[in-house]
Amino acid sequence: MMENNRRRFLKVAGIAAIGLGASPAISFASSDAHGAAVAVKRKNKEALSAHRWGMVIDTNKITDEIVEKIIDACHKTHNVPDFNHEVDEEKYPETRPVNHKQEVKWIWEEEFHNAFPDKEDEFLAERFHDLPFLVTCNHCKNPPCVQACPTQATFKREDGIVLMDFHRCIGCRFCMAACPFGARSFNFRDPRPFVEEIDPRFPTRSKGVVEKCNLCAERLALGEQPHCVEASEGAIVVGDLDDPESEVRALLNEHYTIRRKQSLGTEPSVYYVM
Amino acid sequence: MNKNLIITGLVIFVLAVLSPFWFNIVTTTQAAPEPELLGKAKTEKKCVLDKYDMRANHMSLLDEWRDAVVRDADRQYDAANGKSFGMSLSTGENSCLGCHEDKAKFCDTCHTYASVDPYCWDCHTNPKEIE
Repeated sequence: MMENNRRRFLKVAGIAAIGLGASPAISFASSDAHGAAVAVKRKNKEALSAHRWGMVIDTNKITDEIVEKIIDACHKTHNVPDFNHEVDEEKYPETRPVNHKQEVKWIWEEEFHNAFPDKEDEFLAERFHDLPFLVTCNHCKNPPCVQACPTQATFKREDGIVLMDFHRCIGCRFCMAACPFGARSFNFRDPRPFVEEIDPRFPTRSKGVVEKCNLCAERLALGEQPHCVEASEGAIVVGDLDDPESEVRALLNEHYTIRRKQSLGTEPSVYYVM
Repeated sequence: MNKNLIITGLVIFVLAVLSPFWFNIVTTTQAAPEPELLGKAKTEKKCVLDKYDMRANHMSLLDEWRDAVVRDADRQYDAANGKSFGMSLSTGENSCLGCHEDKAKFCDTCHTYASVDPYCWDCHTNPKEIE
């Protein structure tokens, strides 16, 4: 009788122990069934995407007027400082005088023999001498700036855009030395006093960081075309170079195009229709 | 003779060691300022994380957001509480400042009290300050 009781006690205790051990698993399973909420980071629904973003600039359609409009649109919306802008003394007292060698630019005008030094033939068609060539960051396939950056502040995004993480830039300027296109500018001073009207949709930069064209990554994320494309009246097209059906590929197929300093092997993604 | 000296010495010592405590009892201390919720933030009630998590970890959250936006081009954050946010300090309706309208009363009061000086606003702009 005694032994029988002990046996029974042990049995019940054992089953109870199993039940206790299983209860967390059961409650975990049941909470899972309700769909445990986990935060998700995702792209905007309207965002434009590509395997490799590229740009085609039709030099036949570019006039001085359009050039000015494009540069203005880009620099104003990205809060690029203009050191010819007169500083508001009240807001920024004791601003140092300007050194005009220190310019900051994302997209600018260049003459043919500077933009394409390896393509300057002896008897180059005369019209090329007078044409304004718009140059900017080439968002190279093999970007030398990315290799030079010691902090990975500049990097190539999955979609081919070569971007700057201003938070991370330490201002060593190795990238500027590495870029064969001079596409990068350094902030030798606080740029804010020289921004005529700060656009709140994009941050300004601070002293000591490098900046350059970002192919309007912030606009592509909203499903909008870059500012230069919008201001160019059809002279600039941006699209996916890896997609044979894309508009840029159609343009490249139809026209003779050149790229800057192709022999260096950086594989620029900006093409010029001649 | 010796005994009295030692005891007075001990009393002075103990008082000196406990000085921060009795000093706090005697004087009125200034409590940490509460961040003020205004406008949309006041009616909304639900932030990205719950209140205490937000207080303790907003800096890590912002750090994570920054990398997601700059490096992965992810700009939307579907929070665990079911709400969706734009991962931005100051641009758009559902960014930080989109809801917490007054930077001075929300960010700065605490940061000043805690004597931290984040450099967010060296580059990012408060849309209300521009006008």
